[in-house]
Amino acid sequence: MYPSRFKYESPKTLEAAIALLDAGKGDAKILAGGQSLVPMLKLRFAFPEQIVDINNIPGLNYHRFDADGSLHIGALCRHEDLEHSAEIAKRQPTIAAAAPLVADPIVRTRGTFVGSVCHADPQGDWAATMIALGGHLVVQGPKGKRTIDMKDFVLGPYANALNYNEIAIEAVIPAPKGVARGGYLKLERRVGDFATASVAVALDMEGNRVLRAGIALAGVGGKTIDANDEASALVGHELTEAAIDSVAAAVAAKAEPRTDHRGSSDYKRQIVKTFVKRILVSQISEKVA
Amino acid sequence: MSSLFEEIATPPGAGIPVTRITVNVNGNDRTLDVEPRLLLADLLRQGLDLTGTHKGCDTTNCGACTVLVDGRPVKSCTMLAVQADGREVQTVEGLATPSELHPIQEGFKQEHGLQCGFCTPGMMMSAKALLERNPDPTEDEIRWALSGNLCRCTGYQNIVKAVLWAADKMRAETN
Amino acid sequence: MSLDEVKIGGLGASRRRVEDNRFIRGKGNYVDDIVLPGMLHMEILRSPVAHARIKSIDTSAAWDMPGVRLVLTGEMMAARNLAWMPTLSYDTAAVLATDKVRFQGQEVCAVIADDPYIAKDACAKIVVDYEILPPIVNPVQAAAPDAIQIRDDKAGQVGNKVFDWEIGDKAKTDKAFEEADLVSKVEMHYPRTHPSPIECCGSIADFDRATGKLTFYVTSQAPHIVRAAVALVAELPEQQIRVVSPDIGGGFGNKVPVYPGYVISILASILTEKPVKWIEDKTGNLISTGFGRDVYLKGEMALRKDGKILAIRMNTISDHGAFFADAQPSKFKIGLMHSAFACYDIPTAHMFATGYYTNKAPGGVAYRCSFRVTEAMFFQERMVHAAADDLGMDQAEFRRVNFVKDDDFPHRTAFGFLTDSGQYEKCLNVGMEAIGYKNFAKEQEEARKRGKLLGIGISTMTEPLGAGNSREYDILGIKMFDSAELRVHMTGKAILRTGAKTQGQGHETTWAQIVAHELGIPAEDIVVEEGDTDTAPFGMGTYASRSTPVAGAAVSMAARKVRAKARKIAAHLLEVSEEDIEWELGRFYVRSNSDRGVTIQECAMAAYSNMPDGMEPGLENTAYYDPPNLTWPFAAYFCKVEVDPETGVWDVLQFVAVDDCGVRINPMIVEGQIMGGLTEAYAMANMQYITYDEEGNCIGSNYMDFLLPTAWETPGFELYEVVTPCPHHPIGAKGVGECATVAGPAAFVNAVVNALSHKGVRNIDMPLMPNRVYEALTTGQDVYGMPPVRSGN
Repeated sequence: MYPSRFKYESPKTLEAAIALLDAGKGDAKILAGGQSLVPMLKLRFAFPEQIVDINNIPGLNYHRFDADGSLHIGALCRHEDLEHSAEIAKRQPTIAAAAPLVADPIVRTRGTFVGSVCHADPQGDWAATMIALGGHLVVQGPKGKRTIDMKDFVLGPYANALNYNEIAIEAVIPAPKGVARGGYLKLERRVGDFATASVAVALDMEGNRVLRAGIALAGVGGKTIDANDEASALVGHELTEAAIDSVAAAVAAKAEPRTDHRGSSDYKRQIVKTFVKRILVSQISEKVA
Repeated sequence: MSSLFEEIATPPGAGIPVTRITVNVNGNDRTLDVEPRLLLADLLRQGLDLTGTHKGCDTTNCGACTVLVDGRPVKSCTMLAVQADGREVQTVEGLATPSELHPIQEGFKQEHGLQCGFCTPGMMMSAKALLERNPDPTEDEIRWALSGNLCRCTGYQNIVKAVLWAADKMRAETN
Repeated sequence: MSLDEVKIGGLGASRRRVEDNRFIRGKGNYVDDIVLPGMLHMEILRSPVAHARIKSIDTSAAWDMPGVRLVLTGEMMAARNLAWMPTLSYDTAAVLATDKVRFQGQEVCAVIADDPYIAKDACAKIVVDYEILPPIVNPVQAAAPDAIQIRDDKAGQVGNKVFDWEIGDKAKTDKAFEEADLVSKVEMHYPRTHPSPIECCGSIADFDRATGKLTFYVTSQAPHIVRAAVALVAELPEQQIRVVSPDIGGGFGNKVPVYPGYVISILASILTEKPVKWIEDKTGNLISTGFGRDVYLKGEMALRKDGKILAIRMNTISDHGAFFADAQPSKFKIGLMHSAFACYDIPTAHMFATGYYTNKAPGGVAYRCSFRVTEAMFFQERMVHAAADDLGMDQAEFRRVNFVKDDDFPHRTAFGFLTDSGQYEKCLNVGMEAIGYKNFAKEQEEARKRGKLLGIGISTMTEPLGAGNSREYDILGIKMFDSAELRVHMTGKAILRTGAKTQGQGHETTWAQIVAHELGIPAEDIVVEEGDTDTAPFGMGTYASRSTPVAGAAVSMAARKVRAKARKIAAHLLEVSEEDIEWELGRFYVRSNSDRGVTIQECAMAAYSNMPDGMEPGLENTAYYDPPNLTWPFAAYFCKVEVDPETGVWDVLQFVAVDDCGVRINPMIVEGQIMGGLTEAYAMANMQYITYDEEGNCIGSNYMDFLLPTAWETPGFELYEVVTPCPHHPIGAKGVGECATVAGPAAFVNAVVNALSHKGVRNIDMPLMPNRVYEALTTGQDVYGMPPVRSGN
């Protein structure tokens, strides 16, 4: 219910924050939205020596489309900023579909997209969305910036590829070549529940022809499941129900769900299959409004 | 402003580092020395005697602790007090003026939107944030916006009616 | 010139609530809001394991921490005879563990410190050495002949059985079964769940050594029971114990038992000579306090082929956790389970009930259910649903054929209850009309052809509310009456105190309405107080929907006694004899000349300034009410659902609730109670459960695992009203606070089962989570028992 004691710093620049992480030698943790970290502090699942609060570093709270059409999400962009963005609704439907389903509306005012991706919760909506979209993270450390492709970022449950002295400063979703389409479905028994299963589908289409397809799953394995390979079977073809059926089955087979009180592993595969189908079928060209 | 005494949220033991923060709470600047681990909910309840904000769970689910920080609803049990430094915090105690209740408060009373009253402050703060962005919400939009606040007594139906009542009154007052 | 009763806030007025004035301002006074000078904070260290011998406890590091004032262990409690305390069911429960821990979350140590953060730090430093013992996590394991004995502390305890209990006529019932055309059988489990009000339990103990007085603030639905318990356990003299239940953030039965934290905080205050506050966290509340349900049923119904029920057999097995701590009338080991089937005219019935200890939280308390009546009515309506299907008879028709008819009252049920009033068929008809029942069968058939699964579920019941008359009902020997004390001041305003304790039911508003009805004093002129044992007359508290039936009746009787005295004063003022006085709301007048009269306010003034010769001044009285019978509200609920065949997710399309709770004091408040109860029913049907894995780890000890629906999932409800007054209640009212929780769950479950009936599914045990519905749908098999759990998820 109450965190153990820790030291606290609220640096005003990224460099200062990185220096603190560096000095902490792995015992310092970044505080952004805090909607994953503070609950862990309170349950004493996390007890870092030091908290580095980045909320007072200017210039990190943004999301914008660049001229080339890529979407850039800054480290302090809150979930609800994405949820309420008309531009995102138009240009990045997978993100627009996932945003309202993250946690609950109050958590969404503080929690950040980038923070959620870094948290690498196997249930996490944004890590799955990033993988499906083929995004990458821009991270900064004492030696400067580098990029980490999303598919290399999540190493396991709550484990990511950041060094202890690096901060993820931006998430980048590449511009579609055609029109970005897709969706996100999550089976939760109530708002804010852990997902029984979630499916992110990201398509890049020209009319009814698929230029790129990405699918990722949350809640059905020890970490986010990358099903982009299975999704790629759609590429270069028209989107048809037959093609969809085959991909849905393959994606369900890729999932690694465990039987637990939310359902058997067979059931969770069934949900994956159903959700993949439903999202893809709704994207068949004549069905799109 | 007096130098007679200094408000201290948590009496610092020997060698326990504290951070000085200034938080604007319901329109008043309050300056306090706090331990970094102090939760905003406890700063409000113990440090500032504003017990209208309640604590109901330990996993950031129930929303009974909801306050507004810079106008947005936040679960104050999941924010460190130090993070409120320089911010404007509004609690249920700041809803009414000295002479008048806020329409949301009136709506909850008129439409029987509360029974035990424990979830009510958090529920009303979330509702206030909703109506500030969306002055004419549908029932679905209200239920969605309040889906971070749990209630065990009312079944929500009258809470929805209370918010609709308040929305009507607030729109009438702006016109 | 009688007053308009609704205008003055009498019966039938949807008077806006008095208590709202402080709650909407954030000025409620809950236990955790109270701050006393020098107050210390207590935190409890709980066992991480379900069943283990305690080999050693090392508290030295906790003692050494700055800010820690006291660390208590079971050994220290035992030295003061406080390691064990009596439960409300004549068992004993551990306060702090001494020899063993017997459930995960059991209280092991307590730290008292300057602030709750330090107390938590210190708890983390206590080292306990546990020797793990095999845990028992269900009654089947408990009953096994080689099972480890959980209660090896109890002299004379053999094995893990708590009780055997039996009621009804076995011989007559057996004979009826032999003669039946058809026997319908069901097996089901009502899973463990938890009342989980948002506010957790807590207390502040303030023992003043100078005066010897203990002031005890506590989250209790029954402050006088707490005072009695403290007087017995802590051996403080009763007149030196003041228990104050201030504002309570929801109870639902969870705040009836006396918890270890309460007792420990009292001892801590005595030892530290400071006020000690203990507020549990949500995990503590869910893992250790009074849970609800966890009962297994084998039910059988003997049927005649025309649909008449000939007999009922029920065999229940209940799981009471580590200590038998049910809060219920002492004669009934499984509460009022035998009230099942009270609305049906059935010649004979028999029930066996067995209870077991397990390594789980102790209880089970009556969770918004009038002592197991939720289980009783759920089993009843699920058995009825199965029987109608087995007979191939329409669900509504089957109920209609078997209902007790309007002119059959008073009616003695097969299990011995006496029901006294109702219009069951009328309620059924109102509900059928509202849900569009007549067209549904066709609608369902056509939908199935299109792959859409629709279902309707009905749940009808009458339940016993208002325990209870002193012949049959007591808790720990104390009879279950209730009380009201009314004093009218000289300007005609009044103060009313009762032995009830509201936790959101609106007593400050509704009791004043009863006084307004009896005396014509406007409700807004009457202040209502509850919860302080120094001032409130003795009462057994508010739970089991007993307050309107018992305390409300006491309010009425106290007000009538006051009116009787006021009548004498009126006669004196009007200079006529009492026989010539008539009463209309708010006024006495002379029968032969109705223009000549005095208001109740004038009588009040005269009680202090112009009394008749020989009459004591003042205008006040007290009533202690021993109810002659329980009250019998009736509910008919209709739920329409659609099930998604690919996922098992089900949505409520429409829910119609017809309630007959007699005369409604405040219609707005009654409807609020029903909607709240229906939401809890929905929650239990859908998602709200606690289970344990094979190691005895509690799954459902926080709000991530123990699911409560939000405004988004919760359906809307259409409410209808039928009024059949209670023949014995002074104002014709019946209880209502729990009807919806009692009758609701079966409506939802029956609807989903109906949607799947074409697959041959007869039962899906709650919670009807999507995966369980999907499993039933795709296999055509019933789904029985708790959701499977893997440890370490």
